[in-house]
Amino acid sequence: MRGGGSSSSAEPGCKMEGLTLSEAEQRYYCDLFSYCDTESTKKVASNGRVLELFRAAQLPNDVVMQIMELCGATRLGYFGRSQFYIALKLVAVAQSGLPLRVESLNTVKDLPLPRFVVSKNEQESRHTALYSSDADNPASYSGVIPPPPGRIQVKKGSVSHDAVQQRTSTDQQESTSPVVSPQQSPPTSPHTWRKHNRHPSGGNNERPLAGPGPFWAPFSEAQPGSSTSSDPIWSGHSPPPHQENWVSFADTPPTSAILAMHPASVQDQTTVRTVASAATTNEIRRQSSSYDDPWKITDEQRQYYVNQFKTIQPDLNGFIPGSAAKEFFTKSKLPILELSHIWELSDFDKDGALTLDEFCAAFHLVVARKNGYDLPEKLPESLMPKLIDLEDSTVIPVISEVGEQTGEVGYSSSPAEAPPSKSPSMPSLNQTWPELNQSSEQWETFSERSSSSQTLTQFDSNIAPADPDTAIVHPVPIRMTPSKIHMQEMELKRTGSDHANPTSPLLVKPPDLSEENKMSSSVKFTAGNTVNGYSSSDSYASDPEQIGSTVTRQRSHSGTSPDNTAPPPPPPRPHPSHSRSSSLDMNRSFSVTPGQQQAGVVAYPPAVPPRPQPSQGAGPHVHRPVDAEGLIAHTSTSPQQIPEQPNFADFSQFEAFAVSGVNKEEEDEIEMHSEVLQVEKATDSASSLRVAKADGRVEDKAPANVPTSAGKGTTPLAPPPKPIRRRLKSEDELRPEAEEHTQKTGVIAAVLASQPSIPRSVGKDKKAIQASIRRNKETNTVLARLNSELQQQLKDVLEERISLEVQLEQLRPFSHL
Amino acid sequence: LVLLSVICCPQNYPLYIRSVPTENELKFHYTVHTSLDVVDEKISAMGKALVDQRELYLGLLYPTEDYKVYGYVTNSKVKFVMVVDSSNTALRDNEIRSMFRKLHNSYTDIMCNPFYNPGDRIHSRAFDNMVNSMMMQVC
Repeated sequence: MRGGGSSSSAEPGCKMEGLTLSEAEQRYYCDLFSYCDTESTKKVASNGRVLELFRAAQLPNDVVMQIMELCGATRLGYFGRSQFYIALKLVAVAQSGLPLRVESLNTVKDLPLPRFVVSKNEQESRHTALYSSDADNPASYSGVIPPPPGRIQVKKGSVSHDAVQQRTSTDQQESTSPVVSPQQSPPTSPHTWRKHNRHPSGGNNERPLAGPGPFWAPFSEAQPGSSTSSDPIWSGHSPPPHQENWVSFADTPPTSAILAMHPASVQDQTTVRTVASAATTNEIRRQSSSYDDPWKITDEQRQYYVNQFKTIQPDLNGFIPGSAAKEFFTKSKLPILELSHIWELSDFDKDGALTLDEFCAAFHLVVARKNGYDLPEKLPESLMPKLIDLEDSTVIPVISEVGEQTGEVGYSSSPAEAPPSKSPSMPSLNQTWPELNQSSEQWETFSERSSSSQTLTQFDSNIAPADPDTAIVHPVPIRMTPSKIHMQEMELKRTGSDHANPTSPLLVKPPDLSEENKMSSSVKFTAGNTVNGYSSSDSYASDPEQIGSTVTRQRSHSGTSPDNTAPPPPPPRPHPSHSRSSSLDMNRSFSVTPGQQQAGVVAYPPAVPPRPQPSQGAGPHVHRPVDAEGLIAHTSTSPQQIPEQPNFADFSQFEAFAVSGVNKEEEDEIEMHSEVLQVEKATDSASSLRVAKADGRVEDKAPANVPTSAGKGTTPLAPPPKPIRRRLKSEDELRPEAEEHTQKTGVIAAVLASQPSIPRSVGKDKKAIQASIRRNKETNTVLARLNSELQQQLKDVLEERISLEVQLEQLRPFSHL
Repeated sequence: LVLLSVICCPQNYPLYIRSVPTENELKFHYTVHTSLDVVDEKISAMGKALVDQRELYLGLLYPTEDYKVYGYVTNSKVKFVMVVDSSNTALRDNEIRSMFRKLHNSYTDIMCNPFYNPGDRIHSRAFDNMVNSMMMQVC
């Protein structure tokens, strides 16, 4: 900005754009500038001596205003050296009677020096009068934001153009010059008000310029009048009227208005005076549409605010407590009421503390207020707290028709400047923003959003990313047999959080399998433990199983299940004892039976219909073979006689086969007996038969069985199968079958052996028969129960098998991978 | 149909008065003044119980033939009184409650303002707007 222009060495860098001054002029101007520059800031406020000077020029006020406009001081708000010189030159031009044109500055040659002839008082009065009408009060805007250099108010063609140039120059000049007296007290506001009056007109216009005309009219009227009258008039135009009028000034953003008066504003005012306000307002509005949102914070401003924020709260993400903010903003010397309103506007989340964004908004509002802008009713959009995903540019409410926000209005803010500029209030923006009401809802909704997002921003850091590792283990109970469920539970306990996908059967299955194995193994152990007494029987069981299998093959019972030969191992039971009461009875019964031959102590539930035992009738005297035949016949008839109990038949067969199997190993007769046993389903009878066989083998068997049974002690028939079942459950089906058979046969044999020997005397046949009948019945019921239990176990095992097969199939594709 | 809204401080002087300027406001002011006694009565009646248990909304304080007076008191003994026109039967208790709630919330917001000294008269523009909207909306 400096350089060029006049080459007066005495004047530091006086670059006059388009202004060539003669030597004398230069000297004169320099002196005048020095005279006016009372503060030695190289800027001359439009108040003070400059106005006096201009008054002294004895020029009509409008001319003076024009001059000020032209020289660009209105835009700047003060007279820089160049402006001052230009103004002086224009004064000279005006005084020469030449039309005021920028070109005249240089074209007019031999212009006499401007004459300033006035008395001091007059000067002052004129000064005030001029001041009142001076559109060019170079306010000592301690504003933070100088006017945007880009602001162009093309009111008058070339003039404006040049003025723009000057403006730019002045702007540049101004931008480099710091704001003066940030702590300007309100009393000076009237001056600045006037300046702001210009500013609005010159700057961004969002408000209709309805007021300026009537506003200036009285001034223009007043000014020509007595200079003294201008004072009252001017004083009469204290803030409220200014506000009213300024309301009409659609205007420069407060930021720009803060500092300087745009030459455009000067132009505006002149045009306003001379031209219909409507046209100007339209023009202004059109121009303003290209301007930014007046409430937008420039980067410099923002930086300044941030620095100020840091002085209070070093942590930029932290809050400024209300008390600290109160102190801070009280320094701005705004009335408490206004500060309160500013607070209400800026404290977005109503938490009594200011975040950085809120603080910037508040600061901005304070600055605006200091520069004369009235506070809006609602927080302007650009001042709203920053949202997470929304930028200022994206958030464009209806209000800001200048929503472009592209052409930044070059707020060359000087961050170093003291905070709230004490520029006086600017015209109220409220009434001039008709869109404010419309956007109120928008803002409200927006506020909701922003408040929510405010909370989002606040909690942003707190939102920890969902831990992907925290897989919520959702045990998927695979509905299987209870044992399966039990296994699953165990698996879950083991694997715990390993299940990312609870529904994945794959994840479940393998542990299932393992669990199963584990379980089965444990069961095995338990079975093994429980089978303490059964171990011996196992050996026996193995034989009968095989035998039984052969026998079963020999005999095929229609109703029997295919498992005749090898009943599936029963599922492992957690406890050896039967859960069913019948098992207890069986336990008791079998515990008793060894001791008592006819022990029918336990009342079995009449589940087993009495099986006709015709053979038995003839049996007793028939000796064993008869009995055996009877039994055999019974066996043959039993399946038909008791069709409704095929299981029984199976079981009986099984047992018979088992027994027979046992016998087979040793004696065929024993096999027969086992058959008989199976048929009868009364181990007692079978054993009795076997015992009654009066075969040494039987006897051999019996004692052999007896000790086993004795060894078993109280081990009943029922429990023995259980370990068999468990074993079957744990192991393959084939293997346990044999064991089961052997066990069962062993048990049966034991039972048989435990039964007391039937007297062989014919005479006691009837009794024996009756006893055997009773015993048979008892064993029938016991065996029936046993059969049902085994059937249940069979089903369970089958289910397990199916599930295992399914698992296998599921695993198969993975095995291929 | 809310004719008058008054916020009174614990010392029973008004912090905020907003009325629909259609009728003789003085009458309403007097009514509110008398209703403050009723409010105090209700507060003291529950004095035995803990403050927390005390319901903030006091309900209909004082019905007359022309209007009804509703009361609401905060835990800090700040009283809100509303005078409602009796002719409006549509104004239910719940609506009154919600209005008091809004008043309370706005009052809290004012309290958050560090520039507000408790006990001062309330000049907040935002508060005015809220009360206006609330009162007008009912009408």
